[in-house]
Amino acid sequence: MNLDPQIPEGPLSDKWDNHRFSSKLVNPANKRKYRIIVVGSGLAGGSAAATLGELGYQVDCFCYQDTPRRAHSIAAQGGINAAKNYQNDGDSIHRLFYDTVKGGDFRSREANVYRLAQNSTNIIDQCVAQGVPFAREYGGLLANRSFGGAQVSRTFYARGQTGQQLLLGAYSALSRQIASGQVKMHTRHEMLDLVTVDGHAKGIITRNLVTGGTDAWTADAVLLCTGGYGNVYYLSTNAAGCNVTATYRAHRRGAGFANPCFTQIHPTCIPVAGDHQSKLTLMSESLRNDGRVWVPNDKESCGLNPNDIKEELRDYFLERKYPSFGNLAPRDISSRSAKEACDEGRGVGPGGRGVYLDFADSISRLGESAIRERYGNLFQMYERITGENAYNRPMRIYPAIHYTMGGLWVDYNLQSTVPGCFVLGEANFSDHGANRLGASALMQGLSDGYFVIPYTVGNYLARSGAGSISPDGPEVKEVLESVKERTSQLLSPQGKRSSRSYHKELGQIMWEFAGMARNESGLKKAIGQIQDLRDDFNKNLIVPGEGDRLNVELERAGRVRDFIDFGELLCRDALERNESCGGHFREEHQTADGEATRDDENFAHAAVWEYKGEGKEPTRHKEDLKYENIELAVRSYK
Amino acid sequence: MKLTLKIWRQNGPSANGSFESHTLDGVSEDSSFLEMLDQLNEQLLGEGKEPVAFDHDCREGICGTCSLTINGHAHGPEDSTTTCQLHMRKFRDGETVTIEPFRANAFPIVRDLIVDRSAFDRIVQSGGFISVRTGSAPDGNAIPISKVDADNAMDAAACIGCGACVASCKNASAMLFTSAKAAHLNLLPQGQAEKDERAINMVKTMDEAGFGNCRNYGECSAACPKDISLDYIAKLNRDHAKAKLKKIFS
Ligand SMILES: Cc1cc2nc3c(=O)[nH]c(=O)nc-3n(C[C@H](O)[C@H](O)[C@H](O)COP(=O)(O)OP(=O)(O)OC[C@H]3O[C@@H](n4cnc5c(N)ncnc54)[C@H](O)[C@@H]3O)c2cc1C
Ligand code: SF4
Ligand code: FES
Repeated sequence: MNLDPQIPEGPLSDKWDNHRFSSKLVNPANKRKYRIIVVGSGLAGGSAAATLGELGYQVDCFCYQDTPRRAHSIAAQGGINAAKNYQNDGDSIHRLFYDTVKGGDFRSREANVYRLAQNSTNIIDQCVAQGVPFAREYGGLLANRSFGGAQVSRTFYARGQTGQQLLLGAYSALSRQIASGQVKMHTRHEMLDLVTVDGHAKGIITRNLVTGGTDAWTADAVLLCTGGYGNVYYLSTNAAGCNVTATYRAHRRGAGFANPCFTQIHPTCIPVAGDHQSKLTLMSESLRNDGRVWVPNDKESCGLNPNDIKEELRDYFLERKYPSFGNLAPRDISSRSAKEACDEGRGVGPGGRGVYLDFADSISRLGESAIRERYGNLFQMYERITGENAYNRPMRIYPAIHYTMGGLWVDYNLQSTVPGCFVLGEANFSDHGANRLGASALMQGLSDGYFVIPYTVGNYLARSGAGSISPDGPEVKEVLESVKERTSQLLSPQGKRSSRSYHKELGQIMWEFAGMARNESGLKKAIGQIQDLRDDFNKNLIVPGEGDRLNVELERAGRVRDFIDFGELLCRDALERNESCGGHFREEHQTADGEATRDDENFAHAAVWEYKGEGKEPTRHKEDLKYENIELAVRSYK
Repeated sequence: MKLTLKIWRQNGPSANGSFESHTLDGVSEDSSFLEMLDQLNEQLLGEGKEPVAFDHDCREGICGTCSLTINGHAHGPEDSTTTCQLHMRKFRDGETVTIEPFRANAFPIVRDLIVDRSAFDRIVQSGGFISVRTGSAPDGNAIPISKVDADNAMDAAACIGCGACVASCKNASAMLFTSAKAAHLNLLPQGQAEKDERAINMVKTMDEAGFGNCRNYGECSAACPKDISLDYIAKLNRDHAKAKLKKIFS
């Protein structure tokens, strides 16, 4: 497997410029000869499809929702980072770069992260010009807030709906291209496989979710912008349809999968209420700007009304353990601290799996209306779900799976190990290392889509030349047939168990053994249990109805089947990564006071998995991470 | 809780649909309406029957995918709430709940409770954007925008494109949606250059898509999960009239 990261020459700050200059350009008149497939219409896919269409390429864009505007980017609440330094508080491109590498616990690629920080400022300009209604100060200038893992205020936001507004911006740009005929939008289409010809990505196979039709689409390049795989845990903050199918199927066709065990647990989610639960809801981390996290000092007080627990009987554990970052400590650290408190029996709410997030101090300092202005919709959402009013009683929160740093391996050009197959947004692995800082995913999706891919895909196309193959070619037919075969396999067992019940069971295994804390024996157990689950799935699944029409159960069965295989890969990766870093906490590797200990000597690399065939063990490769501009340090937020 | 569910079933756009009744026991008050339907579907699967098809994705009230007319109300009885955020504690034990798709000529039924709302996309494609090339934008702080204008634009931009406004309107008018989309951009300085075209084209596309006329009944805003204000309809009417006049005189 070729894992050359293709990092351009020159000093860090000049690499992207140098690279753009040395990239080949496609002549404007020739652009229309090239077809590009974009799978996904979130921030990454939407911005890429719009920009490539505008440049003159012929773009086919796909999403599984009924409209591109509903991609899960829409759910992002808190904000988007940019090194604008509008607050004059000491921010700079270098600081955003440093914070991101440090936040990622030194497991990301320097050059990519630096480019991300450089592009961050253009993103804000672009979005403002599109009409994204970012929050403003009274003087009319853009407002900022702080986010975890940073000591400067660099997060731009649109109330609690930043992702929605950024996505609507990308969607409006995309709509303009759809109207002009540059982009053809295919909604309610799910990608089920990647087509390669002579090792190059040349197309995809989709299922039309309305008619059930299986179709082949060919192009000169394929962009996967299909989001993260958090739903492998069943309960997560992802949307119901989020899946690993697109990336896992590409993995089976040769794309290396990097660091699948790097998953992020978000500290501020609404705790699980019962067995009926189908998803977990995030309360934006921006709440930690004004909320204080605590549990009672002793177990006995956990059942009391929190307002009756005296100040001196409360443990504000983040402020105690991390005085300089306090309630804004990074996500992995905050999540683990909450788990520890609950493991000690000091958790609150149903099952004792919850901690308080208390706004009483902020409300008395700033007034209820100021808090309502900042977080009104979040408080409302909390009340709908729990029936409790957080203006006069602290919220209960607990960590939940939220984001996945791992993804398909890409080089500096965002190209996977399959030439012509590019991966953008959360679906790739590149920028966040072992832990992502808040407000950095939106930034990455838009950087990839608006500002990186137009150059790098152009360079690829200019060098490889136009020549997409016919959808009737033998290579395409073969993949198409294998997809049809798989569909009929899913329909055939007629057993007793629903795909949802398998998904739930998989999620329980994953959360128990590959969740917030992991260890060798647990991971081995998980792998065994997942293999048993797969055998059972193949024999006992039930999918009613036929394949040649809308069939929701069939859709879910296909996704769950891929999650099962992928869950095993995730556990394998977690097992092999015998160190703690970022969101990957191996219990064997911690300090006396429970902090993660990295092993830079043996693990300063991205682990990249190569698929070896059904039932065969995958091979683990390495991309060594070289730090030339940042000194590897022990991450401390104390 | 134990519920009787009267649910609309329909095999396809041209098939005849009808209500089907099911009893569902053991529903938790803490579960959401869609989780209750998940539970029903698991029960149907256990009986070897075909589950009910319905649209949903984020399940947190922001993507606008979920729909359903519940006991005659688009998104159910609770104000300012999408179906996915509606919780069963709002219903009584033993209650009969009627569940239908969002009904409108411009929203054909795809299957059971799923409808096709792509007409909304076409309205946006006809003018719901600001034509700005990627990479050509001035600095974000180059044009100060008053907080009042920014907030007002944000209020309009909060629309999730769910279609409850259409489903709750006697005339199945899409005016609340269209006006919110237009107002978001027409209220901002960046949106001024294309304001007239936008108003004319979006209204035209809306009319062509088969939505009914707006008669200011106001049911749309009452049903809207994001409390989009009727003021935007008045604004679009003004913008549209002005744009038409300008066209006549130019
Ligand atoms: C609740 C929540 C809050 C968040 N808040 C923040 C925040 O405040 N700041 C921040 O920076 N980040 C935040 N994030 C993270 C951030 O929103 C995501 O990482 C980011 O939006 C992902 O964008 P994307 O374009 O990569 O993928 P998505 O937006 O998930 O888009 C994926 C697209 O791929 C399509 N797709 C997927 N699979 C297939 C398939 N098989 N076939 C066809 N199409 C497919 C989908 O239809 C969709 O269009 C949050 C995430 C969540 C879940
Ligand atoms: S205006 Fe309200 S009801 Fe209509 S689509 Fe928008 S959010 Fe839904
Ligand atoms: S499912 Fe997204 S708004 Fe209801």
